[in-house]
Amino acid sequence: MANLLSTIMSRPSGAIGLALTLAHVLMALMAPVLAPFDPTLQNANAILLAPSAEHWMGTDTLGRDIFSRVLHGGRLAIAVTFAAAVVATIWGSFAGIFFGTVGGRTDEFSMRIVDAFLSMPWLLFLLLIISIGGAGPATIIPTLGFFYGVAVLRVIRGAAMQVAARDFVTAAKARGEKLWPILSREMFPNLSDIILVEGAMRWSWMLLAFSSLSFLGFGATPPTPDWGLMVAQERGLLATAPWSVFWPCLALSSLIIGINLLADAIGKALGLDRATAMAV
Amino acid sequence: MSALIKIDNLALGFTGKQGQQAPILRGISLELRQGETLGIVGESGSGKSTVALAMMGYLKPGLSVFSGSARFDGQDMFALPERQRAALRGSKIALIPQNAGQALTPTLTIGAQIDEALRLHTPLGASDRKARVIELLSRVRLPSPEEMATRYPHELSGGQQQRAAVAMALAGQARALLLDEPTTGLDVTTQAHILEFLRKLAREMGVAMIYVSHDLGVIARVADRVAVMYAGQIAEEGPTRDVLRAPKHPYTAGLIASIPKLSDPGIPASMPGVPPNVGSSINGCAFADRCPLAQAICRSEAPVPVTLGATRARCHFAEHPRVTHETTRRVPQVSSDVAIELENVAISYSQPGLLDRMLGRTPPPPTVERAGFTLHKGETLGLVGESGSGKSTILRAIAGLVGARAGQLSLGANGDLTAPVHKRDRETLRRVQMIFQNADASLNPRQIIGEILGAPLRLYFNLNRDQARARATELLEQVRLPATCLDRFPGQLSGGEKQRVGVARAFAANPEVTLCDEVTSALDVSVQAAALALLTRLQAENGSSFIFVSHDLAVVRAVSDRVAVLYQGRICEIGPAKEVYAPPYHPYTQALMGAVLEPDPDIAPKLLADDVTEKAPPATGCPFQRRCPMHMGAQCDTRVPPARMMADGHLIHCHQHPDNLMSQTDAKTPAPVENIPELTAG
Repeated sequence: MANLLSTIMSRPSGAIGLALTLAHVLMALMAPVLAPFDPTLQNANAILLAPSAEHWMGTDTLGRDIFSRVLHGGRLAIAVTFAAAVVATIWGSFAGIFFGTVGGRTDEFSMRIVDAFLSMPWLLFLLLIISIGGAGPATIIPTLGFFYGVAVLRVIRGAAMQVAARDFVTAAKARGEKLWPILSREMFPNLSDIILVEGAMRWSWMLLAFSSLSFLGFGATPPTPDWGLMVAQERGLLATAPWSVFWPCLALSSLIIGINLLADAIGKALGLDRATAMAV
Repeated sequence: MSALIKIDNLALGFTGKQGQQAPILRGISLELRQGETLGIVGESGSGKSTVALAMMGYLKPGLSVFSGSARFDGQDMFALPERQRAALRGSKIALIPQNAGQALTPTLTIGAQIDEALRLHTPLGASDRKARVIELLSRVRLPSPEEMATRYPHELSGGQQQRAAVAMALAGQARALLLDEPTTGLDVTTQAHILEFLRKLAREMGVAMIYVSHDLGVIARVADRVAVMYAGQIAEEGPTRDVLRAPKHPYTAGLIASIPKLSDPGIPASMPGVPPNVGSSINGCAFADRCPLAQAICRSEAPVPVTLGATRARCHFAEHPRVTHETTRRVPQVSSDVAIELENVAISYSQPGLLDRMLGRTPPPPTVERAGFTLHKGETLGLVGESGSGKSTILRAIAGLVGARAGQLSLGANGDLTAPVHKRDRETLRRVQMIFQNADASLNPRQIIGEILGAPLRLYFNLNRDQARARATELLEQVRLPATCLDRFPGQLSGGEKQRVGVARAFAANPEVTLCDEVTSALDVSVQAAALALLTRLQAENGSSFIFVSHDLAVVRAVSDRVAVLYQGRICEIGPAKEVYAPPYHPYTQALMGAVLEPDPDIAPKLLADDVTEKAPPATGCPFQRRCPMHMGAQCDTRVPPARMMADGHLIHCHQHPDNLMSQTDAKTPAPVENIPELTAG
């Protein structure tokens, strides 16, 4: 593990990715301590102020301190998407390893269902489920987890098929091993690297998805400080008060870039090439 | 004649971050004269490819020259800027890689690719180039060159692709050709054809060739001179005949002795130990730790090359007589009890789909058909044939990995092997074990050896962790590996050690039948010899029966009591090894025997008229009908050949009268070199 970390840090991209990701996680955790203002505190005397010594990133239409809101704005997104990424990675990789190992008609049939899901405009589906189940982590986590898990499944199943074709798996089958020992002892240890990278990648995409939901009004609800929501509320002011949109956008994109760079660096450090990790 | 390429005291290798040097080649001096073929032979990691590439002025990324020079036509190549060196390669020196199929561009026709090489390297105009393409294709003896030029690489067989690659190399009017294992991966009959073709080509065109191979039999056939590489040095260099007949270096002698030979059947002598790691520092002689002649001086002082006649050898004792290596004969302990019996087995990978049945399509002939043999307890049956002969498929059916479509497979007196693996009971599973070709792929890279050996022990004997570990230690002992291996990952072991673990895993089950699928073909010859000796010893100790699959006739001869020769999934000939390997032959056996290359420059192969690789068996009649030199007409094409009983349980499936088969000459008598048949259009 220490070895892996030093390999990641040895590349500039890995070091930047790790720094960005860690910085964001720390900011989210420490936001209540770091923020100079209450992120929901409105101030009628400080509406749409440009960045200054007092308000580092300026204020929004309700006179709230944007710096404080940006610090808080990732908390919900990071927590919800991380949980959803864990759900997606666990179920997607388990199913992927299973179908990649058993192959045959079971696999063929299941993959057509997977294809069907992958071809659906998942955002519309998400909106449908949320409008039935209501917005909030309890609906968003399983929904995002399920839909992104389908993509994870597809990738891991492809990688599992390659592992399953190798002689040590044939040897285990010829020996008469049951399915579970084959999945857990022979297959999984050879796929754990790719699962880790895949999970990290999906996490970054989910952040974007969650922010889109917030932007559309289905993710975070006001007055919760959230990047997507901040952009949605202030987007009309892009010309007159660009800072109100710029900072939350920068926060979101820097985190996504950070996670992407980190996932890439982990993949390279583990000897995976990007093509296998990203093959959807 | 002056040297075309001259390497002088060349050393090259990696340079570490702190400037420490890890040499790959040390003090190499070699010459290649115009029109001469130099063979470079060595085991994996010996630096043979690196030398050959250095002769082209090419270094793999990360390598740099420490000292010495490489001159082409008097010009120091490593003093030239890379761009000029690159221009030299391709025009004056051309590389023909191991896998021509991958080196050719799949989206361009053969003609277009040769045309491009001509455009780059010659001033010819478009119409002249067109004529030249045809000329080149006929020069490499591809049948109907006009048509060949319009084909895409995938439409050519492996041997034809290799010829097309040679044509491309010749397009630039190269004065030297570098061939890096160009026939490795081809079938033996195809290989023999390519080698004869290269010999003739070198003579006709007067080009110099550097031929890199791990196979002394191949080198013996093509090379005028040979350099034997060991640990980045030339152990011995001289005229091929002198080096092979009277090796001066103990490594050369050991290497020749470790090759199984048809002329001297038995388990060849193996060399102890392993070569030094690539790039490690060496005091004294690199071979000292494995050398039967080593003295104190060998470990303290590095030997300098000694010239003896036309040969140079890097040995302190080059003038001393060589140690003679003896092959050991197996002492078969075959009982009359049956271990495995196959009766009229047919195996097919493709099942006719619903659509095929509705359209009334006739299904393709099964991959394996009419396979039947009896394996006795303690006996080794060799299955031999080229790729696609169905030999591995039969093994997989016995292991239950593919289902038999028809026929009976039984184990001992009461066991049934017709069921696929997931329907077999644990005891049946235990009694049949398989060892795989590629030890690298058959061991899980994420499990330590203790876990790998523990799996069968846990599964078949319900051993707990400690018991399994104790038993695994014993198993490692049996295959002569130290107990410290238990906690290592496969990646930390050498190729030979990995194969030993594969063997130990099979023997962990204490099987009655061990299935060996090309178990030595990925190993270096010296390691192969040790692996063959190991299998033979384990068989003597355990009384296990073996089915030994290989494409190498000499290896099969060395370990087998009985041998079956397969072609296109059909048994051509089966019987005691000494009967199968002597006349009367099945015509296919004769062809295979004729293509075997021994490390002896005076034994010429005898070739079939074609080097076609057939993709599927014919629907009716004899499987060998399309290539058979003794084809008799309609009956061969329509009727399944009868099994003719020769002496002593020796069966030949052929329509020819046994007298005609008997009258074939012994495939191993030397034939005049010129009598190689030309390729017929195929």
